[in-house]
Amino acid sequence: MSATAHEQVEDHGHHHKETFVTKYIFSQDHKMISKQYLITGLIMGVIGIAMSLLFRMQLAWPGESFPVFEALLGKWAPDGVMDADVYLALVTIHGTLMVFFVLTQGLSGTFSNLLIPLQIGARDMASGFLNMLSYWMFFISSVIMILSLFLEAGPAAAGWTVYPPLSALPMAQPGSGLGMTLWLVSMTIFIASSLLGSLNYIVTVLNLRTKGMSMTRLPLTIWAFFVTAIIGVISFPVLLSAGLLLLMDRSFGTSFFLSDIFIQGEVLHYQGGSPVLYEHLFWFLGHPEVYIVILPAMGIVSEVMAVNARKPIFGYRAMIASILAIAFLSTIVWGHHMFISGMNPFLGSVFTFTTLLIAIPSAVKAFNWITTLWKGNLQLNPGMLFSIGMVSTFISGGLTGIILGDSTLDINVHDTYFVVAHFHLVMGISALYGMFAGIYHWFPKMFHGRMMSKNLGYVHFWITAVGSYGIFFPMHFVGMAGVPRRYYENTNFPMFDDLTDIQVLMTVFALITAGAQLIFAYNFISSIFYGKRGVQNPWKANTLEWTTPLEPIHGNWHGEIPHVHRWAYDYSKVDEKGEYIIPGQDFIPQTVPLLDDEEELQH
Amino acid sequence: MDSTVTTATEENVWGGGNRPLGASYGKLMMWFFLVSDALTFSGFLAAYGFSRFKFIETWPIADEVFTHVPFFHGNYPMYYVAFMTFILIMSSVTMVLAVDAGHKLKKNAVIWYMFLTIIGGAIFVGSQAWEWATFISGDHGAVETRGGRILQFVKADTGERAALADFAKTIPGERTEHERKNGIWFFNEGYVPSYSLEEVVEGFKANPNVLIRTETINDDHQKIVLSRDESLAKLKNATQVVEGANLIHNEYGSRLFADFFFFITGFHGFHVFSGVVINIIIFFNVILGTYERRGHYEMVEKVGLYWHFVDLVWVFVFTFFYLV
Repeated sequence: MSATAHEQVEDHGHHHKETFVTKYIFSQDHKMISKQYLITGLIMGVIGIAMSLLFRMQLAWPGESFPVFEALLGKWAPDGVMDADVYLALVTIHGTLMVFFVLTQGLSGTFSNLLIPLQIGARDMASGFLNMLSYWMFFISSVIMILSLFLEAGPAAAGWTVYPPLSALPMAQPGSGLGMTLWLVSMTIFIASSLLGSLNYIVTVLNLRTKGMSMTRLPLTIWAFFVTAIIGVISFPVLLSAGLLLLMDRSFGTSFFLSDIFIQGEVLHYQGGSPVLYEHLFWFLGHPEVYIVILPAMGIVSEVMAVNARKPIFGYRAMIASILAIAFLSTIVWGHHMFISGMNPFLGSVFTFTTLLIAIPSAVKAFNWITTLWKGNLQLNPGMLFSIGMVSTFISGGLTGIILGDSTLDINVHDTYFVVAHFHLVMGISALYGMFAGIYHWFPKMFHGRMMSKNLGYVHFWITAVGSYGIFFPMHFVGMAGVPRRYYENTNFPMFDDLTDIQVLMTVFALITAGAQLIFAYNFISSIFYGKRGVQNPWKANTLEWTTPLEPIHGNWHGEIPHVHRWAYDYSKVDEKGEYIIPGQDFIPQTVPLLDDEEELQH
Repeated sequence: MDSTVTTATEENVWGGGNRPLGASYGKLMMWFFLVSDALTFSGFLAAYGFSRFKFIETWPIADEVFTHVPFFHGNYPMYYVAFMTFILIMSSVTMVLAVDAGHKLKKNAVIWYMFLTIIGGAIFVGSQAWEWATFISGDHGAVETRGGRILQFVKADTGERAALADFAKTIPGERTEHERKNGIWFFNEGYVPSYSLEEVVEGFKANPNVLIRTETINDDHQKIVLSRDESLAKLKNATQVVEGANLIHNEYGSRLFADFFFFITGFHGFHVFSGVVINIIIFFNVILGTYERRGHYEMVEKVGLYWHFVDLVWVFVFTFFYLV
């Protein structure tokens, strides 16, 4: 059996004739699929961020008329004033797109596909066909989600968590009709896509590592993608359970999540169900989901940071252990999203305990990154800047997590902008920074050795870094003042009048920061076509992907797959005399065998 | 895993290939898929447990619901579902034998054992369909109160369940059926029970031997039976007659019982059905000699994993739905 699997893998090396369709559309090559994920993810990101600008404008200038509202929202913005229903729809779809489509598949799908085979030394993914299927299911689910924006009654508008009964009763709000059905259908296909992708990532990492690439020689990127895929396989199916039960409640009259409802003067037949049950099922996925989003970013940051600090990553094994610990803990903390749902308060204190435990592995990671930077020979290129930025936002966002994880403190700020600020910094912005770091770093591997412009990258980074703190830092105070999230306008609460200036400030920062992403978009697109061709190993990195030819080929390496003789982080390694092991070179690629007088470090 | 020790001897170096688990990628994918699927089922079973626990005092007693055996009349609690379970487990046994025969490259033995597995699966799916049909068409009938509770009837002398037909009065009446051709407007008429509420109530009043049984379970794990006076008082709350079960009404008690019954056994039945279809495809591949030419029967092993999983899930469904 093992022999056959190997023959198939070796097969990838041979070249067969490729048409436009098999090369660019229904491609089974992991590098092309990764680019498909990236481009789809970025387009969904553009839509998601554009939506956030629209509702940010509504929050800053409530009830004001804007031509852009009328142009983009049409009948949902009569005379250019945003309608309350479409506000909810925008918030909902913004969350859905960013969490699932951009930061789950856009991030994980792109970099797992690109890096797993390249960094472990494999010709391709274990199953190229399933990989292709996974992308195209993702594509279909994206199309369905976007199509739902054009429905007569509008898209789903019950918040990205689609809690029943709001989401379950078509008469509850316009978005709970066909829009919600399409949302559920799209997510079901998305889950299948994510499952197929994850199976491929796990099995490829386990089975297709090249000779010498033991688990403890893997770059941390691969560890992160591997564990991300595992939590995906464990948590997404539970969302599927919740979604299917919700679908039954919506369309077939079951009462899983519904009970005793009076709506529009009518008593509905539902009896006995519990919306809290939905919350349990949803957050059993929902919490691991935030780690599905952040772990790949952490892996990318660890790798980019070690390369650009010209130092081994600090605490390699502690990094792996903390990834595993985070993954394990992520499945037993979901209750902290439900402290005010009416859940048993004793259960709340249990979840407080498990939640606060996550601070330990998170702190291990944060300190390890900082100590990796310590006394490093820092190469401050855009990838490195975004990595450092990610550590900063992860810490500043993570600290508020300690407050929110504690049920006694959480109750005061639950469902306010404090929460919004917390998760945008700790998982939204951090994961986006990780994604940007990855794009700047591995762009040459995706596009024939072309490099992105460094100077535009600097401009992009600094505006984004200042701007995103400008949006989300003041948001904490707005939240502590009690402004609830998801409200269309707060003008009816005189106590919030003092906060209008802060709302305007945040929106202005949001507009500027989003504008800076156009610089990135320009840089990205123009570099694909006109970027300067770099050398084979532009960042002087150790990992295997930089040993592949500049011009990517199907099967990754001409001839034999290189063997691995050392871990991925032999940067600035010196002998007893304090000289670099390889004279004049501060890095030793993984393919270089141990030298005679060299001592392999215990890491 | 431990290849980072400094001595780089051969046995310590990762050699590539199908280690550490020693299985092909296809088999590993099947395993991880099953992990994922197991969690979907866990989600459903956890939801079931959550809802059942909420109504622990009124949940229907499975022994009183699943009492039928095809072609036999009488009270045979759990007999038929035990038979179904036995068949499914036996089909897992034949699957093991098919996989074993595949290891030994005995094509004919694989064909026979696969055939028996498919037959076992088909019997199970068929039995499931029959079970659903019986559950849907109902047993004794009951009435539903304004609060959505179910009132069942028992005979006072024997304690046996009384069917609506045993005591309901037939009150002659006229029902005009409006159709599009003879009316300006009409409501589409839903399902009409065999007896109207009035007939059941009148029959109950006329027959002193019938009592009402509520959903509530007493300390002896029996449903509480009301006295004649209490019964008569209770019956005033009745709003409609319920026969059988669907997703909205359920004569056996809590409607969530029926909801979960249909959903979980349906989802499992869908898995068995897909398993049978996949088994048939593999069966024909075996006959055509595809795996003979390939030199190994790993595909049989992979569908075998799936089949055992479906079987294992049923053991849990059986335990939580029928036994406890």
